[in-house]
Amino acid sequence: MKSYDIAIIGGGPAGLAAAAAAYDAGVKSVVIIEREDSLGGILNQCIHPGFGLHTFKQELTGPEYAARFIEKIERRGIDTLLSTMVLSIAADKSVTAMNRTDGVFTIRPKAVILCMGCRERSRGALNIPGYRPAGIYSAGTAQKLVNIMGYMPGREVVILGSGDIGLIMARRMTLEGAHVKLVAELMPYSGGLKRNIVQCLDDFDIPLKLSHTVVDIHGRERLEGVTIAAVGPDLKPIAGSEEYYPCDTLLLSCGLIPENELSRAMGVRMNAVTGGPVVNEALETEVEGVFSAGNALHVHDLVDHVSEEAAAAGRNAAHYVINGESTHAERIEIELAGGVRYAVPSIIDPSAIAQSITVRMRVAGIMKNKQLSVYINGQRALSRPRPVMTPGEMEQIVLTKKLMDSYESINSILICAEDREDK
Amino acid sequence: MTYDIIIIGAGVTGSAAARYLSNYDARIAVVERAEDVCAMGASKANSAIVHAGFDAAYGSLMARFNVEGSRMMEPLSKQLSFDYSRIGSIVVCMDSRDMPRLEALYANGIKNGVEGLELLYGEAIQKIEPKIKSSAYAALWAPTGAIICPFALTAALAENAAANGAEFIFNTTVTAIAKEQGLWSVQTDRGLMRARAVINAAGTYADVLHNMVSRRHIHITPRRGEYMLLDKSVGSFVSRTVFQLPTELGKGVLISPTVHGNIIVGPTAEDIMDRDGVNTTAAGLELIREKACLAVDDVPLKQVITSFSGLRAHEVSHEFIVGEAEDAEFFFDLAGIESPGLSSAPAIGKYISEMVAERLGLDEKPDFIATREGILDPKRLSSEERNRLIKREPAYGRIVCRCEEISEGEIIDAIRRTPGARSLDGVKRRVRAGMGRCQGGFCSTRVMEILARELGVDIAGITKSGGASRLISGLAKQDKTAERG
Amino acid sequence: MEAKLDTKKLTCICCPLGCSIEADMQGGSVVAVRGNGCPNGEKYAHTELTAPVRTLTSTVALVNSKSGMRLAPVRSSEPIPKDKLFDCMKEIANISVSAPVRIGDTVLQNAAGTGISIIITRDIN
Repeated sequence: MKSYDIAIIGGGPAGLAAAAAAYDAGVKSVVIIEREDSLGGILNQCIHPGFGLHTFKQELTGPEYAARFIEKIERRGIDTLLSTMVLSIAADKSVTAMNRTDGVFTIRPKAVILCMGCRERSRGALNIPGYRPAGIYSAGTAQKLVNIMGYMPGREVVILGSGDIGLIMARRMTLEGAHVKLVAELMPYSGGLKRNIVQCLDDFDIPLKLSHTVVDIHGRERLEGVTIAAVGPDLKPIAGSEEYYPCDTLLLSCGLIPENELSRAMGVRMNAVTGGPVVNEALETEVEGVFSAGNALHVHDLVDHVSEEAAAAGRNAAHYVINGESTHAERIEIELAGGVRYAVPSIIDPSAIAQSITVRMRVAGIMKNKQLSVYINGQRALSRPRPVMTPGEMEQIVLTKKLMDSYESINSILICAEDREDK
Repeated sequence: MTYDIIIIGAGVTGSAAARYLSNYDARIAVVERAEDVCAMGASKANSAIVHAGFDAAYGSLMARFNVEGSRMMEPLSKQLSFDYSRIGSIVVCMDSRDMPRLEALYANGIKNGVEGLELLYGEAIQKIEPKIKSSAYAALWAPTGAIICPFALTAALAENAAANGAEFIFNTTVTAIAKEQGLWSVQTDRGLMRARAVINAAGTYADVLHNMVSRRHIHITPRRGEYMLLDKSVGSFVSRTVFQLPTELGKGVLISPTVHGNIIVGPTAEDIMDRDGVNTTAAGLELIREKACLAVDDVPLKQVITSFSGLRAHEVSHEFIVGEAEDAEFFFDLAGIESPGLSSAPAIGKYISEMVAERLGLDEKPDFIATREGILDPKRLSSEERNRLIKREPAYGRIVCRCEEISEGEIIDAIRRTPGARSLDGVKRRVRAGMGRCQGGFCSTRVMEILARELGVDIAGITKSGGASRLISGLAKQDKTAERG
Repeated sequence: MEAKLDTKKLTCICCPLGCSIEADMQGGSVVAVRGNGCPNGEKYAHTELTAPVRTLTSTVALVNSKSGMRLAPVRSSEPIPKDKLFDCMKEIANISVSAPVRIGDTVLQNAAGTGISIIITRDIN
């Protein structure tokens, strides 16, 4: 096996953008390791439009968006190992992988970028009682069946969870002739983008029941129906509110979990809120020379943000390879307040910011008429008005070198959502 | 078709009977209503424990077969190549007022002949299992307690029986049994079969079959037990099987590692009417959550990857019914095989095979194959060995299930065995593809494709677990299922 | 007499921001738009309230692909009238193309009489 300076784990949107950026930043010896037989990751099954508005100022479908990045990889002659599964990454960053032709092999890159993406929360993890018949799929599995394999999982459909994939699949299944009876959402707000509620549900008169969940699953062999109940503020089902919906298919779109088995096993410190690694302003994990981006780092709403973040990780990994080490003068852990659940990156060395960094975050509940503010050394350094914030939509704030340089020394950074001050 | 012996039920007990009987020169059929071994009944969903044998009442068949089965299990695991791990089990007594119960358990175990039993107090308890609460008053330590995979045990027994000539007939439900001209006529939904002897290993339906031929009726109550399975990331949470001593407040739940590195918590115990009522319930799952932390602190129940429920075939006498029915010659019952049924299976199988062989005058086979090779697990090979394997069989180089790291080679092996996997669940039970933390979200479509290819059927015909459990309803666009043939 | 002013509430679907828009309608046409964050929102309100359109995406059957794939993803080359979505789906269901296909290849012209083409969205060999 050839040796490489940078190994990128995963050839989805994050891996592709990271590879191209690392190459452009001066490290030509880059390899993308991808378990599927083609690049593009989940974008290949996301045949709907809505991608690329930020990056390309144009609304593309998933495969079209992926194609633009795949072309970058091909044009640069970046090596890819397809149909190859990474089995483990050692603490010294040696990557052991396996495929049909090379068997088990190890490469020893100088830097690793973790771009494994995420997986869907399963029925088991949701603790839905009832039988375990055929016909219960995660929305993404259904999406693969319909869009890649060409099979319909069923005809009479109930969807639990209003995550974007669930909403997209409600439309997709409807267009393919299925009857989507209902989307039930446990929370009092949708987990997906507003535009998807309009064009995937409202367009087809598919009802969305907020504060509802599945409390029982019926059918011993194939699914025959589900019982839906309203939930109270404690998210517990309200007795007497049960309603039976006959259906042969239940799709689950109840959240995504960053895929970090490899990261954990190699000793990368994890963030309990995001489910991804703890990273610094360079998107470097606490294992030197190991970077992370995309949905493996934290779950994004928009692939454009994934590409942007991964490109930064790619550049930073290249700088690390070229410099031969990470230099960190300081380590300031970003503090959070006012319902901001997390921030990525969460550790900042202000002196290490070359031009600017984007800090991405989510809030814990629906908030109106707020502003997102950054306090440095206890004083407000900047704030951005946010008329509406929801947990389903990621927020971001840009910290510039200029701002950082305006302080003689920085000993604390706090990000908070606070009441809007009208000026 | 006429057989010497028809065994009804391909759970662990029926499969054990088949395996030990296949040592004799006899024509044997195992009739199973599900599509696979270990697919429906108690064998499929239980605690996966080989009990040491201190619990079953002294002098009972339960005690006898449990202790004997527990002794047989380790050598058998080597012969038939299934995972077995003697991690020991410990019964925790939280309250000094319950001590008489714990002492009684200890005394009963000694009488049953269980080796190595010890009563522990104070820090000695945490030395065995550090996660047990320091407030625990005492504990009974049974070093011979062990864990196995019930699917692996059943599949191993069935494959070995098949290798020795036993015929497994799936998707076939027995509807009536009668004696005609000295032979048992076994009517099924797929035709009539005849045999000199019938062995009734029908689990929660064993009473229905028994009562077809005997006037001394038995009565089986399906007793539902719900479980939660926790992720491998917390698989080392405990290293022993931890039982809670039953108290006036009822029976506790156990928490134990599994041979695959998960943690299992359960079961509940609820008598129900439905012989196939393997659904989980909100109340049951809640009860597990409540009880899980009685003897151990901070059980990581947030890491649950799945929950499931199994039915124990509880006979009112709470005793195994093993032997020839008094008023039905050559009809042998293996009924009421509730816990410790899994632990007892080899002993029951051996016992009944000897009894039936003697009654039918069967001779031992000179060419009996006593061993079975397990499904090759490439993870246990060195890199060099693994690479040689992949060179020979590239399918071992393609990972299909990423959570459990299962290769296509293993899945093909599972399908090509006799009896082999025919469904998604069949594959899952044999090689664990889809049993990990994503619960098949990633691999199920890939396993469906492999099954379709290996079985030479269209993917539309692949089921989750046989019968009507179709996984897809047809082609996207219009329903063109018929066109695909 | 002047036609009555009717105010409609919309969520703009042009981009993920999903602005909440209010549009005043009078005599079947939009006379005022508020709440849009950009000019696209105004355009959206006009079309949505008079002749709504959507980009349609789906798949078509694919034969002879070296990749073993049996479907190729497609979309409408531009948004089509909302009420024609299902008519287009019917026509798409009957299309079969032979590999290789390239992004932008037209597989159907004038879908359901809309004058709009259906095009391939993924390169497949």
